[in-house]
Amino acid sequence: MTGQIVVQFLTGLAGAASLFLVAAGLSIIFGVTRIVNFAHGSLYMLGAYIAYSLTERLAVGTIYGFWVSVVLAALAVALIGAAIEIAILRRIYRAPELFQLLATFGVVLVVQDAALWIWGPVDLMGPRAPGLDSSVEIMGQRLPEYDLALIVISPLVLGLLWLLFYRTRWGILVRAATQDREMVGALGRNQAWLFTSVFFVGAFLAGLGGAIQLPKGGADLLIDLNIIAAAFVIVVVGGMGSITGAFLAAILIGELQAFAVLLLPESTLVIMFLAMAVVLVVRPWGLLGRPVAEHAAGRAAEPLLRPPGRTQRMIWGAVIACLLTLPLIAEDFTLTLSIEIMILALFAASLHFIMGPGGMVSFGHAAYFGLGAYGAALLATKLDTPMELALLAAPAIAGAGALVFGWFCVRLSGVYLAMLTLAFAQIAWSVVFQWYELTGGEDGLLGIRRTPWADSRIVFYYLVLAACGVAIYAMRRMIFAPFGYAVRAGRDSRLRAEAIGIDTRRFEWMAFLIAGAMAGIAGGLYVYSKGSVFPDEMSIPRSVDGLVMVLLGGVQTLSGPLFGAAGFTWLHDAISRLEYWRFILGGTIIGLVLAFPEGLGGIWRQLEDWVRRRRAVARQAKP
Amino acid sequence: MSARAMLEVTGLTAFYGWAQILFDLSLSVGRGEVAVLLGRNGAGKSTTLKSIVGLVRPAAGSVVFNDVEITGFPPHRIVRMGLGYVPEERRIFSDLTVAENLAVGQQRPRDDAPQWTVEKLFQLFPNLAEMQGRRAGQMSGGEQQMLTVARTLMGNPSLILLDEPSEGLAPVVVDQMAATIGALKSRGLSILLSEQNLRFAQMVSDRAYIIEKGRIRWQGRMADLARDDAAKQQYLVV
Repeated sequence: MTGQIVVQFLTGLAGAASLFLVAAGLSIIFGVTRIVNFAHGSLYMLGAYIAYSLTERLAVGTIYGFWVSVVLAALAVALIGAAIEIAILRRIYRAPELFQLLATFGVVLVVQDAALWIWGPVDLMGPRAPGLDSSVEIMGQRLPEYDLALIVISPLVLGLLWLLFYRTRWGILVRAATQDREMVGALGRNQAWLFTSVFFVGAFLAGLGGAIQLPKGGADLLIDLNIIAAAFVIVVVGGMGSITGAFLAAILIGELQAFAVLLLPESTLVIMFLAMAVVLVVRPWGLLGRPVAEHAAGRAAEPLLRPPGRTQRMIWGAVIACLLTLPLIAEDFTLTLSIEIMILALFAASLHFIMGPGGMVSFGHAAYFGLGAYGAALLATKLDTPMELALLAAPAIAGAGALVFGWFCVRLSGVYLAMLTLAFAQIAWSVVFQWYELTGGEDGLLGIRRTPWADSRIVFYYLVLAACGVAIYAMRRMIFAPFGYAVRAGRDSRLRAEAIGIDTRRFEWMAFLIAGAMAGIAGGLYVYSKGSVFPDEMSIPRSVDGLVMVLLGGVQTLSGPLFGAAGFTWLHDAISRLEYWRFILGGTIIGLVLAFPEGLGGIWRQLEDWVRRRRAVARQAKP
Repeated sequence: MSARAMLEVTGLTAFYGWAQILFDLSLSVGRGEVAVLLGRNGAGKSTTLKSIVGLVRPAAGSVVFNDVEITGFPPHRIVRMGLGYVPEERRIFSDLTVAENLAVGQQRPRDDAPQWTVEKLFQLFPNLAEMQGRRAGQMSGGEQQMLTVARTLMGNPSLILLDEPSEGLAPVVVDQMAATIGALKSRGLSILLSEQNLRFAQMVSDRAYIIEKGRIRWQGRMADLARDDAAKQQYLVV
């Protein structure tokens, strides 16, 4: 028994190694560039694949060859990371922070298809590390030799990183830039190269993490999103910007997973996210993190949200008129697509409600969409609830979820809040995924039929139009009501808002609840439009879809997210039958980000600003 | 003043979003001169300095430094040409030690500027010498202010922009700061500072510009301003 515990403990330490490497890289990149690099998992995946190809060629049975391949793979990934920084991210540092996130989503998609194209769809088995391919016996239990190597690697890298950060000029600059990068530039340091070098180091760590994991886990096309979720958890649990914190958190998570496999094999995913939730509630800034002081330079002023003017109202009138007449002229296919677009527009609008006015970025908004969807679907399939009632229950169920999750989330802010939302979404997803008896797991729930009066596509179209229209309009009204003022005041300055008597947390919580309930409406409608529901509806990609819609449309505009949803859903539908559609989608996202750094909805505003400036300058030039 | 001033700002116009902050603003600083930009809160002083050093991108106008047009250059390029910038609100790197803060500011020496080393700076700021290894965040406000100046000097600038150096300092520290500026001037450094504190400005500057709502309203020698009660009354009294 003791032997089993000891060996399991060592297994946990070994598992922590690549988690630590990935998380450390993510943390360093975020610290300096303030970019939440969603593509970090992709870099990890590339590390694994490249190491695979290199070991095939170089390492035929030699100890040297294997480790040289590992390091070369990490270096290759480092170069790819630097290239991504130079080609894409460097051009958009002046854009709103979240826009850079969007670019990294694009990179994730592109890398997925690039890997598919180069290495094919079949999972690759990693080679055994030469010289470390047998196992040792510890207290009567066997432990792979390679695990011992992994156990040594993390502290070694931690020590090297410490030297790099505290004993080199580069390290001083990186730490200074983590605090106030603008000031580092104003002291004569070229930020661009500092950022590139930080990406190089961060990507190297990710690549190394992927490469050393190869003999244990192999390489496949799903590890990018799996590892990114784990890396977020570790960074946040350890404390943003703290490498030592990431080290401790990686060990904590590694151990929890190792023992969970032993005791409750199905709970590994949930365990990790539950651990994160617990840590964050007790220590909101992570194990070794410190509260994030408001940036010395202050956050960039949000552009004012203006109530729609006459032109905008007329445009909206025209859009609604078009939507009302659409069923008279459109074919079934167009109608089906329009229904999906409207539902996802509501989903995007609800996400925008907390992100834009609320200033709370959610990485896991699909949870509420999914809760609404599963709530309605379960009522319909298990209790034979009529559609009308199920649709009304969907927002209540999603709202209840948002009430519980939101209570925790509003205690945090910024990227911590975002990652906690992701954690809750993953918990919800794992429950749905693993509770086969109730939810059907991966097989989903099927055969959900609409009430006879709404069975025709046209009637259902109008129902969706009415529901989404009313819900979206209600959210707009709230944004320009005292409630919205209070929420926006809390976003812009919590202290000042508190000082005039606004209970900012309460308002954030309310906003969270409303956004969740609205997403629930969308989820309920979605189920009845498809007739089925699958765990995918609450997975990370669905949450990311929502973020892409909002950010592409422009988080600082009200209408942007709706257009973002329409454009995204249409494009997705148009290309999803192609083999490399992710590549096209990701490339499109990256292209749009580079072309319109304020979002598609921001084009109008950019033009306006530009005209105003030109006019003022012209006035001045006159004698 | 020499025929061509060291720093020539002409027709500077700047916006935040669509709010116009600076209107056709012109000023100059001669070699070895201390000029002050006086004005109330929100008059556009900081924006002027930030536009000069490239932290704010001006919509129109030109900035010429040592006969080189630097408008639109990124800050690090401008700073490397010898134009140092000391921000308001002491943006020190509080997690770094004093010595590390200085290291961030370090640049190669320049022929046309006084050359600084850590040792020389410690002579100028004796307080800092005693706390090289201390985390900057643990110092007093006055010490932090001295550190921001020292950090910029590590770049061996020939001209520095000082944004409200007396702001929020105890009176005795304000006097120290005035003495420091005097010492820097005597070594040949040119200085453009922004101030609200007229008394402090009078102690250190040769020439003054008064800025109000983004426009220069008055300019002349400091001695003349001292006698111009009408101007003081109109633009500076709060």
